[in-house]
This record gives sequence, structure tokens and C-alpha cells, in this order.
Amino acid sequence: MGDVVFTKKGEKVMSKHSKEQATISRRNLLKASAALATAPLFFTKGAYAKDFINNPGKSPTVTLGFNVPQTGAYADEGADELRAFKLAVKHLNGEGDGGLMNTMKPMNLTGNGILGKKVVYVTGDTQTKSDAARASAKRMIEKDGVIMFSGGSSSGVAIAVQSLAQEAGVIFMAGLTHSNDTTGKDKRRYGFRHFFNAKMTGSALGPVLKEEMGVNRNAYHLTSDYTWGWTQEASIKETTEDLGWKTTATVRTPVGAGDFSQFITPILNSGADTLILNHYGKDMINSLTQSVQFGLRDKVVNGKQFEIIVPLYSRLMAQGAGKNLQGILGTTNWDWQLQDAGSKAFVKSFGTEYGFPPSMAAHTCYVQTLLYANACENAATFYPPEVIKQLEGFKFDGMGNGKTEYRAEDHQCFKDVLVVRGKQNPSSQFDLLDIVKEVPRAQVEYDASIFGGHLGPYKV
Amino acid sequence: MHIKQKRSDLLVMSLFTIIVLSMPVWLDPVGANYPDLLQKFVIFGIFAIGYNILFGLTGYLSFGHAIFLGVGSYAAVWSFKLLSMNAVPAVIFATLLAGVVAALVGYVSLRRSGIYFSILTLAFAQMFYNLAYSVLTPITNGETGLQLSLDDPRVIDRLVSSAGEGLPVPELFGISMSGYSGFYFCAVMLIMAFFLSLKIFNSPFGLKLKAIKSNQHRMKYTGYNTRPYLLSAFIISGMFAGLAGGLMAVTDPLAGAERMQWTASGEVVLMTILGGIGTLYGPLLGVGIIKYLENIFSAINEASLQSFFSFMPHWLNEMMVMLVSPFVGEGWQLTLGLMFMLIVIFLPGGITEGFQKIKTKLTTNQKIQQGDE
Repeated sequence: MGDVVFTKKGEKVMSKHSKEQATISRRNLLKASAALATAPLFFTKGAYAKDFINNPGKSPTVTLGFNVPQTGAYADEGADELRAFKLAVKHLNGEGDGGLMNTMKPMNLTGNGILGKKVVYVTGDTQTKSDAARASAKRMIEKDGVIMFSGGSSSGVAIAVQSLAQEAGVIFMAGLTHSNDTTGKDKRRYGFRHFFNAKMTGSALGPVLKEEMGVNRNAYHLTSDYTWGWTQEASIKETTEDLGWKTTATVRTPVGAGDFSQFITPILNSGADTLILNHYGKDMINSLTQSVQFGLRDKVVNGKQFEIIVPLYSRLMAQGAGKNLQGILGTTNWDWQLQDAGSKAFVKSFGTEYGFPPSMAAHTCYVQTLLYANACENAATFYPPEVIKQLEGFKFDGMGNGKTEYRAEDHQCFKDVLVVRGKQNPSSQFDLLDIVKEVPRAQVEYDASIFGGHLGPYKV
Repeated sequence: MHIKQKRSDLLVMSLFTIIVLSMPVWLDPVGANYPDLLQKFVIFGIFAIGYNILFGLTGYLSFGHAIFLGVGSYAAVWSFKLLSMNAVPAVIFATLLAGVVAALVGYVSLRRSGIYFSILTLAFAQMFYNLAYSVLTPITNGETGLQLSLDDPRVIDRLVSSAGEGLPVPELFGISMSGYSGFYFCAVMLIMAFFLSLKIFNSPFGLKLKAIKSNQHRMKYTGYNTRPYLLSAFIISGMFAGLAGGLMAVTDPLAGAERMQWTASGEVVLMTILGGIGTLYGPLLGVGIIKYLENIFSAINEASLQSFFSFMPHWLNEMMVMLVSPFVGEGWQLTLGLMFMLIVIFLPGGITEGFQKIKTKLTTNQKIQQGDE
């Protein structure tokens, strides 16, 4: 039965390239190889090429798909991700200043596209909804013939499209997704994540929290009600309770709620002295702003100054939250103020192109695109199982996060994590974060098996 | 008379069958020939046909039909998880469960009519959405959506074979339900649904529903109790929606709460009005237009516009791109909104009314010409 599906897929691919002759020539090829079945093996070896979905074959171009939220609570990150993707495509095709291709090592990219084929791309809007994201990804796979797709900003979406990637046999290089599940219980062989996760945020944040806020606090969680919120809440709770903190309550809020006042009022009389906001994007901007307006930060509870913690935030969100974020602790995957050669090179080329520095969402998407391209060069083919094997366990440096490794067991990248604080006296509208600590990779590493899940097969 | 009716039914059905099954051929030139979109066309077609049985025939405007779509999807995914990856039990469970839920919602909502009915269904829609989104998270997996997993029991499948290495895909006795085979499966369902709808339209039952629409009071005075008819129409249309929801899960085994949001209910209202309320094929036209805009228009970006207008001189090209770009890509809803306004203002009967107007114009023209001769 598998054969039927396979042939069907093959035909679909052909018609997509709108070359009727291609189908015919392939048929001829099949006939020819059938006729040559008795001929010596080396004779057919040349004629036999691994066929797989959306194989670029002889086409002079290769298509990548960028599926980002262009509307909804995470639209800001989506827009920045798209900028980064476009920049990456430029650099891969040898235009612009090359960006991180100057600092990445080891690297096999030549600025001549991927495997000599010019990179073109298609875009889609995930609307931060699983259904819409899958529809958009399916369009890319079935109609536009993408060989790889990327994007993100919501872990719910990332997990939904990642399982689609596995079903279809097209590699998904996740963009911004921070839930433990993406490379935990919902990990897939065809999905890869460069971004860090909630577990790592917890491990990185723990010591800093202990140092600054002591071991005797009562935490109140407001949590985005989906996979990312759930796992971040769990990871932070685990960390803080290990420190000796108590958890007063954990309250789930809908994504894109807009108004959080009904969730904030109960905090005032809960006896909690710390608020942990497991919110992201515009949700976090709204909930933080409203918390500050309700006077939470001016309160003194149990003889302690009330504190707010936002475990994951980005410079883009800091821009939205303005001075409300000043002094607030959190973690981030990357920041444009890092002074290593890779970060500098990326900020320079992004800044030249768009006139402002990139966000961490942009950084991770750019890096993912280059990593995929490089893996294809290393594998010398687009055949997904071979490309996956190149990415698994790949060690690299010079991409802005120091020495990084794609762990083969769960497709999670391991690298240093930044603990940041909202800057008190920003010098510009982009200079919003102080880096409190660069937590070394060894401190955030964990056993790949703790979250369960299966990667699934190489061949689909 | 009766034979004539039967013959015209046969003609309509065979035409419809040909049109639906040949969709991959005639949708190819407009760039809509890929399995996912074709599946969407037929699945939402079923949804809209069912909705039209309630809204088109009785005039009861429901804002809650996405409930049944969602319920159908969840039922189908649970059938995949617990019983078997076969599409048949999934579709049956989806339709039946949606029918049960429709009976409950309909029983309460149909105590009122007009705007009060609409508001009641809207309230139910919001309630069910919140149930799926947060309250019933163990069943629905909330915002993340319900997905298959390797550890699912799948009792019936396990009797026959052991679990494979990767996630299984929905199938119909061995035929994978992704891609074109999934489309043809849904297409057959659509043809059956259309046939049923045709029969209902032409039946005494359909006539009674139309009577409710034109004057419910008068009908009551003649001694009819309208409630059972309304409730049956509501349940039937709910089951159509459940079937559509189930098929969505068959072609893509994932069910999310956003499928039940009131905007999804609003979408089917839009589709029906856009195409033509109360006509047999109008809602299908509406589905085609909206899904096409959503999937094709939304994917057009500035680069593709530039290449589209590349035959023009540079300055004109720039200007055209600037003029057109707000209406494509993420602005596709703007286009839809404008189109909807124009249709509601100038063609209250939807696109089908437009066709009829053209037809009458052509025939009168012919008559005038004949008169001249």
C-alpha cells in the first residue's frame, strides 16, 4: 500500500513543477530501468535517484517556506522573524554582506544557494492558530513544493506543524518556541529547535532568584493557557520550590485575552509577594502593564517588596512594555548587545538592511535557516533522512550563542542562556535589557529522557 | 410531474457529481489544485449545505454551528485514539455525537425565534468554546489541540496488527486519507450530503420548513406544531456540521478549540449569504470564494505582486503594487469584507441572484430580438 501512496506523492511533486514532460520522462525512466532490470547493477545505479516529497530534482531553484504569525498576539515577533528569513535567503544566495556566514564554523556554505540551487521562498500566516498554521503549512508542502519550512512564535503551533512535518516527510526548523513539549513529549524526527526552553529558563533563573529575592517567597503564577504556559509554569514552579518558595496559586489565562484585570485583582489579597507572568508577546505587554497600573510593584507584602518576574521575554516585548519592564528579571535566548563576533556580524547586517537591531526571534530563525542549508551541503543532498542525520549531534560555533550542540536524542540545541533585566536608564529605544548573567550551557543541561516522547522514524 | 421531478433530480445530481469529482482538473488553472484546499472546499461545502437546511429553509439564523463542527472533530480524533485509524467509525461517531449535541442546543434555543434564537446560539457557541478551551482540557487538550500520540490504545487496530514505528495516519481500509484520496473520500460524502439536501428541499418536510420561514404564525393557526420540524431541521444541519468536522479530522487528525470559536460560526453564515441563502448550490459558491481567498489571496506577498505586474513600466509597477498590496496577503479579509458589502447591497440574494439576473437579462434580450424580427 505504501507504494501507491509513494507514487501518488511522486506524481504530485511532478505536476507541481508544472512540467508535464517531467512526468513522462520519469515514466520513461521507470520503463527503462524496468527494461534494464537484468542489466548489471552499476548500470542502473546512475539512473536510480532517491525520490522524496518536493525533491528539487533538476530545478534551478529550491523553495523554503516561512510560516509566521502575521496577525494576533505574536504578530510583532512574526514580522521580525520574516525579516530574518528574507535576510538569510539573501545571504545564502550570495547577496548582502553574508552575515553569520562569515563567522559560523564549521561551515560548508558558499553563498551559491543551497547545493548550487538558488533559494526562493514562500510565506504564510499562522494566525497563531493550529488549524490555520497547518493549513498554511500544507499549502506550502502540497502546492508550493517547499523542501523545508520554518517559523513559529507559539509552541502550540510549532507542535501542531511539527507533527505535520513528520507525516509529510518535510523538515521543520522551529522558530521561536519555548515549550518543553516541542523537544519533549511531542518531539519529532523531522522537527528541530534552536531556541531554548522553559526547563532551561528555570535552571538559569534559579540561582539569580535565590541571590536577589531570597529563599522565602510566595509566588503567584498567571499562565497562558496552552502548552508553552503549562510547561513554563511547571519548570519555574519546580525551580522556585526547590529554592524553598511556596506557590500561592497558579491561574490560567486565555491567549490573546487583552484585558487581564480580572486575573490581577485577586493577586492583591492573595498574600503572594511575587508574581510570575508566564505570558508572551502582546499578552505579556498587557498583563505586565496592567499589573503595574494596579500598583503591584509598589506593594509591600509580608515585609517584602512585591516583585514581578517574567521568565521569558524579548527586546521586542520590552519595547512594548516600556518603563513597566524596568528592573524585571527574565531570560532570553539571545540579545543584540552581545559582543561576540557572530552577534556583531548579525546585528550589523540586519541593521544595515532594516535600520534597527534584530530580536531574538529573528536571530533564531536566521540561524535555523543557515543550519538547515549547511546540513544539506554537508549531506550533499536534500534527501531529508540524510539531512536530519547531519543536523543530529551537529556542533557549531560563531552563531551568537557560543559553542552550541544539536542534541541527537531530542533535537534540542544546547547553549548558554542569558539572564536579563529591564534596563533602568535606557540610552535608546532598543537599549532596553541589561545582561545580568550568561549562564553556561553545563548548568542548563538535562537528561533527554525526562520528558518522554518518541522522535519517530527517519523514513516516512 | 413526478417523473419530471425525478428526471431533473437525476440531471442535477449527475452534473453535480461530475463537477465535484473533476475539481482537481478545473481548479488547476487558478492555482487551487492541491489536496488540502480541495479537501477544505468539499468539507466546508458539507458544512454550508447543512447550515443552509436550517438557515435557508427555516430562516433561523444560528451563530452556533461551529459547535457541531468542533464536536465532530473531537469525536473523530478520539475515535482514532481509542478505536481505530479507520475513517468509517470516526465519521459515524462524529455525526452521531454532533446530532446529540445539536438536539440539546436546539431544544433550548428553539424556544425562541428571531434575534433571540441567534443570541442563544451565540451564547452556546461561546460556552462550548470555553469548555473546549479551558474547562474540558483533559478531553480537548485546550489551545494546543487534540493530537494523536504513539501511546494511544487504538483497541481495534491492535487486534489486527501491532503499533508501527511512527504515528499512524487515518485510512479507509488501507487507503491513506491524506492527499487526493482524502479529497475523493470527502467528495463522495459531499455528493451524498448534497443528494440528501436536494431530497429535503423537494420533500413535504422541506415544504413545511419553507412555510415556517414565510409565516410561522399562520402555520401554527392551521394546526401545525412547528417545533418538531424546526428541531429536526436543527439536528439535521448539526449532523451535517458534525460530518464536516469529522472529515476535517480524517484528512488532518488534529482538533483545536478555535474550530469552535464564534468566528467560525460567523464564517458559515458569510458563506451562505455570499453564495445565496436558501438555494441549493449557493452556499457552495460561498465556500469556494471564501476558502479560495483565505488560502490563495492570503499567500500573495509583495514579491509575487511585483512579478505579476512586471510587464508594466517600473513606476506603474510600483504604483500597482502599492495599490493592490493592502488587499492581498494579510489584507485578504479586507477584500472579503468589501466583496460582502457589495453583494449584500446590490445582490441581497447572493451570487446566485446575480446569475439569475444575468440569465433573465439574456433571455429578455433574446425575446426583444425575436420581437424585432
